[in-house]
Amino acid sequence: MTAPLLRVESLTKHFPVRAGLRSHPGVRAVDGLTFEVRPGETLGLVGESGCGKTTTGRMLVRLLEPTAGRIVFEDRDITHLRGRALRPLRRELQIIFQDPYSSLNPRHTIGRIVAIPLQVNGVNPAGGVKRRVQELLELVGLNPEHYNRYPHEFSGGQRQRVGIARALALQPKMIVADEPVSALDVSIQSQVINLLRGLQRELGLAFVFIAHDLAVVRHFCHRVAVMYLGKIVETGPRDEIYQRPQHPYTRALLSAVPDVTRLGAAGRIRLTGDVPTPLDPPSGCRFRTRCWKAQDRCATEEPALVARNGSTNLLTACHFPEEGPLR
Amino acid sequence: MARFLVRRVLSATLTLFAVSVLSFLMFFALPKDPVTGMCPKNCNAERLERVRQELGLRDPLVDQYVGYMRGIVAGRDLGSAQGGHCAAPCLGYSYVNSEPVTSTLSRVLPVTLSIVIPAAVLWLALGVGLGMISALRRGTAFDRLAIGFSLTGASLQLYFVGAVLLIVFVYNLKVVPVQHYTSMLENPAKWASGLVLAWVALAFLFSAIYARLSRAQMLETLSEDFIRTARAKGLAKSQVYGRHALRAAITPIVTIAGLDIGGALGGTVITETTFGIQGLGRTAVEAVRGGDLPTVMATVLISAAFIVVANIVVDVLYALIDPRVRLQ
Amino acid sequence: MSLSPVDGVVLAELGAADSLVPVGAGDFVGRSPGQLAWARLRRDRTARVSGVALVVFFVVALAGPLIEKVYGVSPQAQFQDALDSFGMPLGYAGGVSGSHWFGLEPHIGRDIFIRMIYGMRTSLFIALAAAVITTVIGVVAGIVAGYLGGWVDTVITWVTDFALAMPFLITALAIVPTVTLRFYGPREAEPQSFRVIVLIVIFALFGWTGTARLVRGQVVSLREREFVEAARAAGVGLGHMLFRQLLPNVWAPILVAFSLAVPSYVTGEAALSFLGIGIIEPTPDFGAMIFRSIAYLQTDPAYVFFPGITIFALVLAFNLFGDALRDSLDPKSSR
Repeated sequence: MTAPLLRVESLTKHFPVRAGLRSHPGVRAVDGLTFEVRPGETLGLVGESGCGKTTTGRMLVRLLEPTAGRIVFEDRDITHLRGRALRPLRRELQIIFQDPYSSLNPRHTIGRIVAIPLQVNGVNPAGGVKRRVQELLELVGLNPEHYNRYPHEFSGGQRQRVGIARALALQPKMIVADEPVSALDVSIQSQVINLLRGLQRELGLAFVFIAHDLAVVRHFCHRVAVMYLGKIVETGPRDEIYQRPQHPYTRALLSAVPDVTRLGAAGRIRLTGDVPTPLDPPSGCRFRTRCWKAQDRCATEEPALVARNGSTNLLTACHFPEEGPLR
Repeated sequence: MARFLVRRVLSATLTLFAVSVLSFLMFFALPKDPVTGMCPKNCNAERLERVRQELGLRDPLVDQYVGYMRGIVAGRDLGSAQGGHCAAPCLGYSYVNSEPVTSTLSRVLPVTLSIVIPAAVLWLALGVGLGMISALRRGTAFDRLAIGFSLTGASLQLYFVGAVLLIVFVYNLKVVPVQHYTSMLENPAKWASGLVLAWVALAFLFSAIYARLSRAQMLETLSEDFIRTARAKGLAKSQVYGRHALRAAITPIVTIAGLDIGGALGGTVITETTFGIQGLGRTAVEAVRGGDLPTVMATVLISAAFIVVANIVVDVLYALIDPRVRLQ
Repeated sequence: MSLSPVDGVVLAELGAADSLVPVGAGDFVGRSPGQLAWARLRRDRTARVSGVALVVFFVVALAGPLIEKVYGVSPQAQFQDALDSFGMPLGYAGGVSGSHWFGLEPHIGRDIFIRMIYGMRTSLFIALAAAVITTVIGVVAGIVAGYLGGWVDTVITWVTDFALAMPFLITALAIVPTVTLRFYGPREAEPQSFRVIVLIVIFALFGWTGTARLVRGQVVSLREREFVEAARAAGVGLGHMLFRQLLPNVWAPILVAFSLAVPSYVTGEAALSFLGIGIIEPTPDFGAMIFRSIAYLQTDPAYVFFPGITIFALVLAFNLFGDALRDSLDPKSSR
């Protein structure tokens, strides 16, 4: 088995809250995340809004400073890298943002937007920067003649393609895609996802694909990690997760995916209650307040993310995991 | 909120401190020698020197500054010619006016307050009212008139407007007496008639600015979705505009109004000069010209204090009106 | 102020081009937000009228010496014989005639028209220079404070508060004679240019705060936008971030602020003349002219009228143009 490209160990991010004079640990957005990504592999990071996936993504590309834990990229500890030392990393690890309307500087032409990573990193490809930019535009399915146009002249899907071209400019080994299609129409979503898939295969890119749409993740990812309230509750190969999930939360999530071929609420698991506050998450297993199987043990002992019930690739953090295929 | 206030107050104190140091230093760079102005007859050099000693002008600058500042907090002893002990807040003794500075201030401060505060009430009411109404009646004749009014007012100057008002109302029509100050407590009618032109001049110019500002703010607020929702819900127009729209539109106006009023309180020099009223501004100008250090320090400090306090008040009001700000 | 994206205009085609077509010089170049704004401005009638008026003012001011040559009257020449025994100009409207278009000053007898032209020259020069300097200082301070936050922001904000707290007129009143005395002793004559420079410096010391606050506010809201994060992820340096990413997005309010700053410096300089620390005689100056004319409001109203109307027209033109500029830059804004 090849060495992992990215290894994350106990990654934690707390946002301190200044309430009065007491010091509060704050919002525990991400708490002890551990996972790895191999070269050329796509890992889907899924969960509800507020579960900490975007925060994780930002920490991976060093836009946020982790509170604790380690991020190891290609055997280099990049956890607290900054300034000049961060420069070489930028060429290996890039990010695609969610909002096509605010992730491009409205004052720059798209040619310039894609060229900037090359220019600031002193990269001078054969044939010049402009030619490379045009190649990139073509690669993502845009007309390279539109080099001099401004973002406002493009649709959301097209802008997102510009964002992808920008991420590809430095030929990274890995891309963190932060909900890249969430802001797009469904029909455009599939186009962009297919583009990403094609690029992934062609260029051998690794992805950390952050999303809340399970259907999209299924289409794109080799492996999936399910997050809840700052923790990973289950992770494994895509097919295992989608067909034989063990964690109750994963089951509930999957049961909620709308399927036009199946009408009615049969088999739909409804979770009661709201997501607890990340300021003061439940003790033990964080999901226990909404779990129909919760017992006393769940409140006292936090379940470890290990293989259970004899599975080899599926890691589940639950004391009483479900068995058998979904439905 | 408490943290925020504490921080602002600290910052404000530091600012005032810096202002005091700067004006102190600035003053000592002034060419005018204060002592020569004091001597009614031609004093000889020896006498001048003695006066200087007594006034403490020969002490090192730092000592003079510290002495002055300490006097503000705890009072200090001045020479016999300056009235002996000067109780806190001691702002010094003006050898130009021959009175303690505190007396000067207590005389001129009410004047400036009497000019600014009623004018402010007028200009806010008129300006904001005009602006809001013209926003509601966008495109109508009323709106156009209001815009015309605002543009005219914003393009005129106080001394010009003041002069015209004087000519028309005081000298020609003679409906208003020559502008001067009478204490409001003594005679409200005379107080008003003696200042009314200053109020009108200030109100005209400022309300023009505020009309433009409120109109723009109101129009922007009215185009927001939440107003449409409120109307769709069936709320009466007055409720929608009065409660919801007004509250949203008012915040930047509050900020600017606070700063303007604070600044105006600091001395409406031009107004006072135009109308010949002895207020804080004019006193300050004369003090600078006359080389009267204590008065200069005091007036500058008071002006700065007004502005600084206005800033804090505005921030607090902002937080009260706009709940989003509180969360910071 | 946000530039709302003109949405829904799909101009780019999907699908890969079969060969790389080089983008030639004649190809369609997208219209930048700036170009769009300029087009909108040109269409606005108020902007055209006020813009033309401003251009006229500036041209006239620049062409001062040329106009003097054509007009034939110098700003310093005194025409005492055209005044009556009281010192008032003979004839109608303060001595308006074919050779003195705006009449003469009472007592001194100088030609008002040519003095106004030169006065505008001085005032506009000072106002423009001051506006440029204060805008530059304000923009830099605002961007740095807004983006970096932390202690840099605290310090810059405090300095801004301090500059705002110092009373402008009084400080100016104190500084001008002091500085003059330091450089030129009590018996030396102070040259023209020196006073001009002193005035510009005084405006510069106080005037940058408004722009700084404005820009800071804009940048604070901008820095949360994803394109800023994207730039960081691409590894841009601080200079690039401040001036290539952020600055192009704030120039709209800056431009508007600049266009409104110029008239405020014109009137501010007039206010300083009012206090006696403006441009020194016998150099012509707007403010000084208006100040002196007020004393003659009843006896020679024409003397007040001409400079007064001119400065009113100038400030009005700036205000109208500034409004139109604001509207063209932010199409959502309401007139």
